[in-house]
Amino acid sequence: MTATTKIGIGTSLSRVDGAEKVTGKAKYAAEYNVPGLLYGVTVSARIAKGRITQLEENAARAVPGVVDIVSHLNRPKQAWLDHSWKDELGIPGEPFKAFHDDRILFAGQPIAVVIAETFEAARFAASLVEVAYEEEPHNIDFTASLAEKFTPSYFKRRNTYHPPKKRGDPDTAFANATLKLEAEYHLATEHHNPMEMHASTVEWHGDGSITVYDKIQGSQGDQAYLASAFGLGKKNVRVVNAYVGGGFGSGLRPQWQVQVAVMAAIHLERSVRVVMTRAQMFTHVHRPECTYSIRLGAEHTGKLSAMINDATTSTSRFENNMEDIVVWGMMNYDCPNASGEYTIAPRDTYTSADMRAPGAATGMTLFEIAIDEMAYKAKVDPLEFRLINYSEVDAMNETPFTSKALREAYREGADRFGWEKRSPQPRSMREGRELIGWGVATGMWDAQFSKTAARAVLTADGRLEVASATSDIGTGTYTVMTLVAADTLGLAPEQITARLGDSDLPTAPVEGGSWAAASTGAAVQLACQSIAKRLLKAAEKMEDKPLHGAKSIDDLVFADGAMALKSDPSRRVAITEVMTAAGLDRIEVEETASPGIGGMISMAQKSRNTHSAIFCEVRVDEELNQVRVTRVVSAVAAGRIINPKTARSQILGGVVMGIGMALHEETFADKALGRWMNHNYAEYHVPAHADIEDIDVIFVDEPDPEVTPLGVKGLGEIGIVGTAAAVANAIYHATGKRVRQLPVTIDKLLHP
Amino acid sequence: MIRFDYARPADVSEAVRAGSGEHAAFLAGGTNLVDVMKENVARPLQVVDINRLPLTDIEAREDGGLRLGALVTNAATAYDPRVQQRYPLLASAILAGASPQLRNAATNGGNLNQRTRCYYFYDVDTPCNKRNPGEGCGAIGGVNRIHAILGASDQCIATHPSDMCVALAALEAHVQVTGPDGDRAIAFSDYHRLPGDEPWRDNTLRSGELVTAIDLPAENFSTHYTYLKLRDRLSYAFALVSVAVALRLSEDGRIEVARIALGGVAHKPWRVPAAESLLQGEQPGERVFQAAAHAITEGAVGQGQNSFKIELARRAVVRALGQAAAGTPQSQTDKRIA
Repeated sequence: MTATTKIGIGTSLSRVDGAEKVTGKAKYAAEYNVPGLLYGVTVSARIAKGRITQLEENAARAVPGVVDIVSHLNRPKQAWLDHSWKDELGIPGEPFKAFHDDRILFAGQPIAVVIAETFEAARFAASLVEVAYEEEPHNIDFTASLAEKFTPSYFKRRNTYHPPKKRGDPDTAFANATLKLEAEYHLATEHHNPMEMHASTVEWHGDGSITVYDKIQGSQGDQAYLASAFGLGKKNVRVVNAYVGGGFGSGLRPQWQVQVAVMAAIHLERSVRVVMTRAQMFTHVHRPECTYSIRLGAEHTGKLSAMINDATTSTSRFENNMEDIVVWGMMNYDCPNASGEYTIAPRDTYTSADMRAPGAATGMTLFEIAIDEMAYKAKVDPLEFRLINYSEVDAMNETPFTSKALREAYREGADRFGWEKRSPQPRSMREGRELIGWGVATGMWDAQFSKTAARAVLTADGRLEVASATSDIGTGTYTVMTLVAADTLGLAPEQITARLGDSDLPTAPVEGGSWAAASTGAAVQLACQSIAKRLLKAAEKMEDKPLHGAKSIDDLVFADGAMALKSDPSRRVAITEVMTAAGLDRIEVEETASPGIGGMISMAQKSRNTHSAIFCEVRVDEELNQVRVTRVVSAVAAGRIINPKTARSQILGGVVMGIGMALHEETFADKALGRWMNHNYAEYHVPAHADIEDIDVIFVDEPDPEVTPLGVKGLGEIGIVGTAAAVANAIYHATGKRVRQLPVTIDKLLHP
Repeated sequence: MIRFDYARPADVSEAVRAGSGEHAAFLAGGTNLVDVMKENVARPLQVVDINRLPLTDIEAREDGGLRLGALVTNAATAYDPRVQQRYPLLASAILAGASPQLRNAATNGGNLNQRTRCYYFYDVDTPCNKRNPGEGCGAIGGVNRIHAILGASDQCIATHPSDMCVALAALEAHVQVTGPDGDRAIAFSDYHRLPGDEPWRDNTLRSGELVTAIDLPAENFSTHYTYLKLRDRLSYAFALVSVAVALRLSEDGRIEVARIALGGVAHKPWRVPAAESLLQGEQPGERVFQAAAHAITEGAVGQGQNSFKIELARRAVVRALGQAAAGTPQSQTDKRIA
């Protein structure tokens, strides 16, 4: 018996969909060729608030090739109740309904779609639609909106919102603290800006049914939403999102382009495509702007004695988007007295939304800047400060973690970075005209698990297909499914096809919250185990009883396309042999992974989180204040890693986005016009290659069989959390300038 | 996109004829014109594609200078051995701008004639005097972090976004143009204009005139020069402030000739002869650099969000003068500032 060469969980595997992507074979929502397709181009509102008084369409309709114009004046029937427009996120309020009536709620709102035989005709004609408005006073300025901030009543909160839990007597503890910090922190509005713009191709089948090729992070939620909002019936709507060119949360909710495309298709009984322009990508979701007041009290030793948090994030006037901003520090640090307040402030924009690590990317990051400040006040090394206040348990909820290897992440990250060589004083490290700064921060995110189903089909030729309606928004789900299946049944990845991104496939939730790998992985494993059991049964009927003695699949090893006895690997049989012997053409199973009773009890009693330690080196020109991020080490404790290669990519992407949060990303509002102004890739800055140098990713060992069935915690979000704080803290160490408003742009360092 | 007529003439006189109408536009690399047409910012009725014109050479001039054809791409210019060796300031400035893809398509003539990056100019749902005369300026009192601090008017505070032109201003290039009234050469400092009461006019080209070449004078400042660009990210961003410096030093190290041009701060590359003459005859040093930096930014006015540019420009000038005097020009690949 030769040694097994098993590819499975823990093997670095290149993306199984990589070749399709780089050769252009992978189709995205706007790339499906549908016969008789019409093209819709949307007219956007110029004003921020008011009413449409007139739509002058004659010039547009006169353009050759124009088929029709759909607006609030002639749209097809929409569901009347707001409840019918709820998507999977269920944000409380009145969901936005394109073309619903003549009201304008935000600048850039879609108000009409010009549909033509060609994209060019539609685009030109859309520019000819003249709109008259009755304007009303508006406000897009976050600072001004704070006058209206409020905490939604219990029934008008997001169901994912976790109210902060007070402990001890923070006001008294702060008043009596030896060391005090009191400061305001701020994060600018950011727009998600995935590479692929939001697009929908609606195929009209003529029998009352439609197929929607959509940019969305979950096909089945979209399916239910469209069926309900437009009265189509769920069986008549199929949504396909086989490839999604980046999401970052912008595709968690169906966006307005799918509403517009579906309405146009229903109105004309034709297939229609609508694609947002890059500028229109700034007319919907965005990360909320945030102001965060933090008061910290500590003893001389650096032991925290009080943490008082108060944060506000922006939302729209029509929905209450909420995030967990203030709880992260309260969970992460051992401090006897802590409290948090959280409010939202409405303004005349589209509703803010989840963007990669919503809440934590903002709240944990800003809190980690405050922690850094307190470390300097206490004259304690910032890493040591965090260890002094290290909490083994979830300090806010007073529950143990299923696992928390943050201490190991600090240690391994610090070792890799060379933290012990750090000179403690700000402005004490330099090379030539550049000041060098080293900063550290902590990251934290949820390890979630969500009920997910998967189907597995094994055919007599030894090929396996695994399928689930989950999504792959660039995260590597196809590859994860392949690896888990390969691991369970011992097949080569080339023998396995993973299918996802289709509402016809077994039930799965929207891809978000970093739960897809853990949940889909568990479902695929269950389905493959179910196949394994059927194979064992079939093998038992074989004449030579090759696996005699095996009572369950736990007694077997699956590798190299064969199953063998653990106790005697020489007793093996190829899977194809079993299939042939049993006369099986195919084995098809579907299984659902859900927490189960044990899981539910564990969830009630324990906190489940990923953690990270981020170390960063910056070099700042002393006179000109140009910042370079020259080194980042991100040490992540995230349970079991399914695919080290795509896992590393996830963290790299998160770190790059964190550097963008630290230095670049900001959407500028014109307060008079009530609109975002830098609505293009030239003026809305994300990091370019030149901004990114060395990034080192470490996964610390964190076995955790309890957190999810595979011991997987998820990686989609942890990479960004805290990264911007590590950069800002490094800038302080380099320059002695503490900038509390992200992004840290050159002007803020010039005039701190 | 508005419907337009399209012509692709094969010779210059035909191009000039075709491009003489009021609503005509010359199309070269298209990296800017196509953008502004897609955004409905420009609505030419006649597009004259000049890519077949024989303006694609870089050639030596009798006076020892170099002539850059208007249709030579920015990349071909920056990597031309004669430009690299003799006019490294120009090569450096070109490579500080845009991205390799854009530089491969963009032409020298087009670089001169690119439009501003003002947010309001590009958004037809906002007021802009440059795009739509008389409509007002959204940037004044609006989002103006990237706008002009020098030479602006109460009608327009837009900047010229080119890097290449900042170097050409310092080198005192001449722009060769041809038009309905024949050929003429325009001194680079006279080519672009300040917004004044006619912000829609970026330059002094007359109707129907076409840029055919850029002439570089013999003096090339290949020893003491630099192009220093400061921006919001380290690549692929327009300058908040940029500085081109060209110095001629005497044998005893004194400054004989100084040229300083600022980018990102005005409607044209910004030069102040009085600032340059402060340096003349002086030994390079912090004191005279500071004096020049203050002189070149004299009269600078901030709009609020962009006020930081005044101090940033002064510091950049001092640093750039130091780089040029020391013969240690700024690298465009190593992002560390020399």
